[in-house]
Amino acid sequence: MERDKQWELLHILEENSRRSAETIATMLDTTVEDVKETIAKLESEKTIIKYPAIVNWEKVHANDLVTAMIDVKVTPKREVGFDDVAERIYRFPEVQSVYLMSGAYDLSVVIEGKTMRQVAQFVSEKLSALDSVISTTTHFILKKYKHDGVILEQPEDDKRMVVTP
Amino acid sequence: MSISKVANSRLSRTIQSIPPSGIRRFFELASSMEGVISLGVGEPDFVTPWNTREAAISSLERGYTAYTSNSGLYELREEICKYLDSSFQISYEPDKEVVVTVGASEGIDLALRAILDPGDEVLVVEPCYVSYDPVVRLAGGVPVAVQTTLEQQFKLTPEQVEAKITDRTKAIIFCFPNNPTGSIMTREELAALAAVFARHDLVVISDEIYAELTYDTNHTSLASLPGMKERTILLSGFSKAFAMTGWRIGYATGPEDIIQAMVKIHQYTMLCAPIMGQIAALESLRHGMEAKERMIESYRQRRNYVVKSFEQIGLSCHKPEGAFYAFPSIASTGMPAEEFAEKLILEQKVAVVPGHVFGDGGAQHIRCSYATSLENLEIAIDRMDSFLRAQK
Repeated sequence: MERDKQWELLHILEENSRRSAETIATMLDTTVEDVKETIAKLESEKTIIKYPAIVNWEKVHANDLVTAMIDVKVTPKREVGFDDVAERIYRFPEVQSVYLMSGAYDLSVVIEGKTMRQVAQFVSEKLSALDSVISTTTHFILKKYKHDGVILEQPEDDKRMVVTP
Repeated sequence: MSISKVANSRLSRTIQSIPPSGIRRFFELASSMEGVISLGVGEPDFVTPWNTREAAISSLERGYTAYTSNSGLYELREEICKYLDSSFQISYEPDKEVVVTVGASEGIDLALRAILDPGDEVLVVEPCYVSYDPVVRLAGGVPVAVQTTLEQQFKLTPEQVEAKITDRTKAIIFCFPNNPTGSIMTREELAALAAVFARHDLVVISDEIYAELTYDTNHTSLASLPGMKERTILLSGFSKAFAMTGWRIGYATGPEDIIQAMVKIHQYTMLCAPIMGQIAALESLRHGMEAKERMIESYRQRRNYVVKSFEQIGLSCHKPEGAFYAFPSIASTGMPAEEFAEKLILEQKVAVVPGHVFGDGGAQHIRCSYATSLENLEIAIDRMDSFLRAQK
């Protein structure tokens, strides 16, 4: 598949990864085999990593999770820099994401827990206890409006008239 | 004397001679029903990108609520000229050869009124947008239909033009990429026509509102061909490519004498296009290209999907290379377009526009707009499949 079409394919999957290879092939004016092969290639080279669903957990009341963003200052280690400490942090399953940042702190860590207490415990017992960690600042997320490019409460309906010239 | 006769006598003979748009009845039928999937909408399904909406909101907050120059904000005209130059290789002077209009629709009216004297004939290339014929009449002209045909992929040929030219022919008006057929004209095809236009000294009103929406080749603007700029009025706007229909911002470019005549009409009738829309349009030209490209990508995918699916359900359809319409033939069902469309909406709740409203040449076609989500298209095609099976 040509580069341009491959881009389009990625856009289509990013928007809705459940589209069938048949539909995608029609949309891109190519064969089903071409789509399947390209997807397999993109998966094997880890361009496509996973096909998760974006869940609005706030709708599932039994599943009230709390999310916190933690600014972490660390001492980088000789040779491995920040990668070593980043790995020690991202291996915890409660950690949703870890980014190396420019600016006032080094790592931005997103943590999900069942209760605020659980998150606080993780920060004090696991995160702060790491040798390289100098300080942490915890911010709890109060409401999610948009997540990974998707607006969670989308009231926008079609405002066009049904037939126009 | 009956009341209706008294009322009618107040109206001009011209307006009485113009039939109401055939699309109206369909609109009412479709609006009265629940659960209709509409392929009848002639506008993008995208909402105007946020940066453009935000620019308009911010302009209101800063107090931009006054008239602009009759021709439109100078910065906008300048930006339109840069855009036409970089996209279609035509250069215009922002201070003399551009007027910002209230949608390309106003441009059609201004262009015709600026050039027509009573009785002048205008070749109207059909199937076409519903307003050309009536607006020619309103401007005192005589519309002369030129039919393009399915056999020639609804492209316009020099022979078709030549056959309709008389010594009263003043101008020709057409739209490519075309609403409703989705057909386009290549550079070579336009070059063949250019010779005819020059030989008969025609003014050409080239409605290029869908110029950006081509899926297999780049659009060629007639005015970019040698000798054509001096006789072409190019009409375009922001409605389609930038998803800004409701803002009503279009533009006309062309030779100075015609554009300034159009400005004269515009200043007495409209004064200027709304400032908020002009500021939004400026934002679209400055920062809206990426969003525009993404929308085009999506239309292309849906075009491919619709054409292939029509083929699979046995609806014969030429490949539309531009705009966002497919124009399949329904000749095989033996039904006239109006009956087909009416039955389809009543039985399967899918709204399409019967082709005859775009001119007699469309009588055996329906216009299906694919400016709707892929999910809707999937449902619509399923329903059309059931409908076609039931007719057999």
